[in-house]
Amino acid sequence: MSIATPVPRLVDQFQLGLDAPICLTWELTYACNLACVHCLSSSGRRDPHELSTAESKAVIDELERMQVFYVNIGGGEPTVRPDFWELVDYATAHHVGVKFSTNGVKITREVADRLAASDYVDVQISLDGATPEVNDAVRGRGSYATAVRAMEHLDRAGFRGFKLSVVVTRHNAGQLDAFKKIADRYGAQLRLTRLRPSGRGADVWDELHPLPEQQRELYQWLLAHGDDVLTGDSFFHLSAYGESLPGLNLCGAGRVVCLIDPVGDVYACPFAIHDAFLAGNIRDPGGFAAVWRESPLFLDLRRPQTGGACTRCSAYDACRGGCMAAKFFTGLPLDGPDPECVQGHGATALRVADRATAPRPSGDHSHAAGVRSAPVQLGIPTARARRPVRACDESPLNGGSR
Amino acid sequence: MTESAPKTAAQDATLSDALVEDELLVEEVSIDGMCGVY
Amino acid sequence: MTAFDAARTWRLHPQVSVRPEPFGALLYHFGTRRLSFLKDRLLLDVVRALDGRLSATAACLAAGVPADQLARYERALAQLAAGDLLRPIDRDEVAG
Repeated sequence: MSIATPVPRLVDQFQLGLDAPICLTWELTYACNLACVHCLSSSGRRDPHELSTAESKAVIDELERMQVFYVNIGGGEPTVRPDFWELVDYATAHHVGVKFSTNGVKITREVADRLAASDYVDVQISLDGATPEVNDAVRGRGSYATAVRAMEHLDRAGFRGFKLSVVVTRHNAGQLDAFKKIADRYGAQLRLTRLRPSGRGADVWDELHPLPEQQRELYQWLLAHGDDVLTGDSFFHLSAYGESLPGLNLCGAGRVVCLIDPVGDVYACPFAIHDAFLAGNIRDPGGFAAVWRESPLFLDLRRPQTGGACTRCSAYDACRGGCMAAKFFTGLPLDGPDPECVQGHGATALRVADRATAPRPSGDHSHAAGVRSAPVQLGIPTARARRPVRACDESPLNGGSR
Repeated sequence: MTESAPKTAAQDATLSDALVEDELLVEEVSIDGMCGVY
Repeated sequence: MTAFDAARTWRLHPQVSVRPEPFGALLYHFGTRRLSFLKDRLLLDVVRALDGRLSATAACLAAGVPADQLARYERALAQLAAGDLLRPIDRDEVAG
């Protein structure tokens, strides 16, 4: 009798990469009607070199050929692109599923009806506070109302199971039950994701990231809610507490996922918009497929990673050293602990790290002048000054009293 | 691992538990279950 | 939930996309939005053999599953069926 062949763990298979991503994030535009303080893509103003409609359709054709199952379309605010619906329809007609992230600004009743009628388009509404006070402090005056209106329309249109996506911060970590109630009320599925020090998030991370005790409570809460609450696998570093959360529990960057940005740049992940994680551009010969399969950066990421200092820790097998982007933008070495390491090794490392020389996010598409719905700075200390790309690009969220 | 004595029922059970775990040919995950996507 | 009947004829749900991989395959169900991983190529061959004319058992054998592994592969098919990736075909239904 032959012994059943042991099957290698998936996590080991995937770390070596695949011939095509399983899914990916595609930021359609840097334009946005909002100016959220923690925006991971530093969005606000459209870039003059954004992909045309034709170029975007060519990307979709490639994704279809590669059998990428689905794209998460975001931005900026993707619905402000005039060709947004044309591209969504083109994707679904070409066997690429779509979920798009939105602040809800364009989700009218008519749009909601149309979405509810489509089988292959999912919607994700962003909200970072269960109350207007907490939410609008981060996302801007009126943004809570906009999100709720969008959810009301989707609910009334009969769209069951759209996503309500929350970035967990120090100020909303105590509102998890309230978020669940909101999601339940509108027939949505709650999604909690991790705040990374990416984009404008680099400036507010110290003040906004959850405290250690909040992290532990969050972990317990997620465990208790199981598959009911999504996480985008963004809390895999919390697996070091014990039982793993649902999901692959590994960093997918450059291995099973990546980002295509509005000008066609391909990054390892949307939280790592920096030259160090730039794999190529889809406008180069060979398009997206060539970048995915041949870029030196991705090939490097797909080699077995040394955990460095972390391999000595008993929790390493669970947490895999945490999030690359979180380490990078807090100035920590990539072969060391995650800044939010649940064992506290990251906090120790941060104390001796030179934060002033930490890498800065590449590119800044933030609004130059005041935005109508500028975040109300309630309860959030003034953001640390950022070095603007050009003097006239000073974000209104900068400086103030220092 | 060397075995100097015949396997006990308990050892047998442990071995087949290990086989069952390695045996799973299908794994399911949510499409949301990959880190690095919005 | 009724037990998986390996004697019935099964076929892949029409909303499932199959993507072969070196280690096996990725299956994505556009209706349920669930991702399944087949962790060996032989199981992929079995799934491909389920064209709506063979029973699950027959498909396993046709794909080359050794007799002593049959139960293991039928369990895998049961898992896929539980996730709606496989649909049973009734005797009077025409496949395809």
